[in-house]
Amino acid sequence: MALTDIATFRIQHLQILDENGNLDSKLDPKLSKEQLLTMYRWMVLAREADERMLKLQRQGRIGTFALNSGQEAAQVGAGLAMGDKDWLVPSFREAAIRMMRGVPLVNDLLFYNGFEEGSVYKDLQRVLPISIIVGSQSLHAVGLAYAMQYRGEKDAAVVTYIGDGGTSEGEFYEALNFAGVWKAPVVFIVQNNGWAISLPRHKQTAAQTLAQKGVAAGIPGISVDGNDALAVYKATKDALDRAKAGEGPTIIEAITYRLLQHTTSDDPIRYRTNEEEQSWWAKDPIPRLAGYLKKRKFWNDELEAALREEVRAEIDEAVKEMEALTALKPDASFDHVYGTQNKEIERQRADFLASLGG
Amino acid sequence: MAKLNLVQAINLAMHEEMASNPDVLVLGQDVGQDGGVFRATDGLLEKFGEKRVIDTPLAEAGILGTAIGMSLAGLKPIAEIQFDGFSYTVFNQLEGHASRFRTRSQGKWTVPLVLRFPYGGGVRALEHHSEARESFYAFPGLKVVVPSGPRNARALLTAAIRDPDPVVFLEPKRSYRAFKEEVPDTPEVMEIGKAQVVQEGSDLTLISWGAMMRPVLSAVAEVKEKTGASIELIDLLTISPLDAETIATSVKKTGRAVVVQESPKSFGAASEVIARINDEVLMYLEAPVKRVTGFDVVTPYFGREAGYIPEVSRIVAGIEETLKF
Repeated sequence: MALTDIATFRIQHLQILDENGNLDSKLDPKLSKEQLLTMYRWMVLAREADERMLKLQRQGRIGTFALNSGQEAAQVGAGLAMGDKDWLVPSFREAAIRMMRGVPLVNDLLFYNGFEEGSVYKDLQRVLPISIIVGSQSLHAVGLAYAMQYRGEKDAAVVTYIGDGGTSEGEFYEALNFAGVWKAPVVFIVQNNGWAISLPRHKQTAAQTLAQKGVAAGIPGISVDGNDALAVYKATKDALDRAKAGEGPTIIEAITYRLLQHTTSDDPIRYRTNEEEQSWWAKDPIPRLAGYLKKRKFWNDELEAALREEVRAEIDEAVKEMEALTALKPDASFDHVYGTQNKEIERQRADFLASLGG
Repeated sequence: MAKLNLVQAINLAMHEEMASNPDVLVLGQDVGQDGGVFRATDGLLEKFGEKRVIDTPLAEAGILGTAIGMSLAGLKPIAEIQFDGFSYTVFNQLEGHASRFRTRSQGKWTVPLVLRFPYGGGVRALEHHSEARESFYAFPGLKVVVPSGPRNARALLTAAIRDPDPVVFLEPKRSYRAFKEEVPDTPEVMEIGKAQVVQEGSDLTLISWGAMMRPVLSAVAEVKEKTGASIELIDLLTISPLDAETIATSVKKTGRAVVVQESPKSFGAASEVIARINDEVLMYLEAPVKRVTGFDVVTPYFGREAGYIPEVSRIVAGIEETLKF
């Protein structure tokens, strides 16, 4: 008879670039200037796009959307680590990495203006559309990863996103469990921004970390400073390398903060304090990376001003392009219900068009 | 030609499609080593190996959700849920994603998977093992198919596997081993979305599907013998999209109709069949359309299912009432 420990687990936390822009040189992934500037550019574009879209929404020029500000580093670090053949299976708060993987901003503007055409990324074969139902997309990522294993694709893996709230969904646990059993080449990135609309992280789960949610599925997990693009890069790169080497899935908890509303319909002051928000503005990932770039002499105020001007012009163009799209088919809803002809749907299409015309 | 029962015919269709298309694979609980709890996937593991015949963890949403991912990558997964009553946890994936990907992406992403499960009562099973709820799955973007016999089961499952859309394939479990039929040696395909007139007639149209086709055939024969009435019998085969044209053409000719379903009376497929008869051929009706159905109660335990599931005598009474009106 004996009572013995038969399983233990350990979750580590990774931070490479701290809040003050200091680098841990032992952990430095040694990214090139070009790589660092690439990440920075996408972060700035995503932040500026968020700000512009908030204005557009307030003006009634687009509908409700999920804001991304504050979470850019938790995305671009992963985007930089991904290879050309890797899949991205997003949730709905990943504008930075989605754009980085090639989704044009005009698509998101169209999507948030209420048109399915926004989810058609013409030239992108490995980025799925935004998935609104929390937690449901994780399973698609595992199925895709299985298909890659099945076809013997060894140079690619799947990156999928979810939020802290999503980790409470049953389908997320099912996804972890299937991925563990199948040793599927998939990386689960949890953007823990502290709040699931109004529910704080401590009411979401009694677990000490979200990274440990992989433990029960036999999946290693790591916690990272999600506002540190270098840490997110390093953790994702390691996880992708593992996945591509046939060593299975990883879960990465990126600890970050949603600086603005959950969506444009939300009012965070109902559930969190101004002090808390301010404490996170002080940890904003964009000035953090900018500070580091400046230290490395890769960046200065003139370059910053030029970049801001450039991305704002890019956003202007996308807004113009979206608003010029007046020729969208009113009856597109009837086009793709099925992949085969359907007389009843065609008859209803005619009724629909007649009702529009009348 | 081989004489097969319904579950053997389903097994044959999967064997054939897996042999001819390396993208076809099967996943579900106990589908591999065990060959499925009803043996529908018997022999597939030995023939095609565990990469193509996947014994999954016990999680229905996981089965369908991962199958969606596989199909987005171009594979053709056939996902099995063990029993009808266990299928409800897949609704999030089914309605939220399987039915929507094609429209969501305006045709760029499609989910051509098959979700199979045994359905309906009559096998003296435990609670949650005897549900007939075909209308639950009848929403835009999905196709819902219910075979009634070995030959059409093989042909429709083959069609479902080859179909560009997600197909929910409901297998009438009480018919799995109830009878055998000649099934052609080479694969045969029936068109999804097309009902079949299995017997022509002029006095009344009887519309049914799945396991109900057997008592319906007996009832039709009994009425014919008693009254000489000529009854046209339609096997719906596809619940959604509904083949209203075949139904309307028949009812226009006969002027009378009876719909037989195992589901509860309200909000079932029979309700939609009757609505479509009203839409198309109301003025040709000589009697109200009769429904012979289960009752609006929670699916009873098997001790009480005999009276719940429409039986020959109830169907005969329904036909006679409609003929006499």
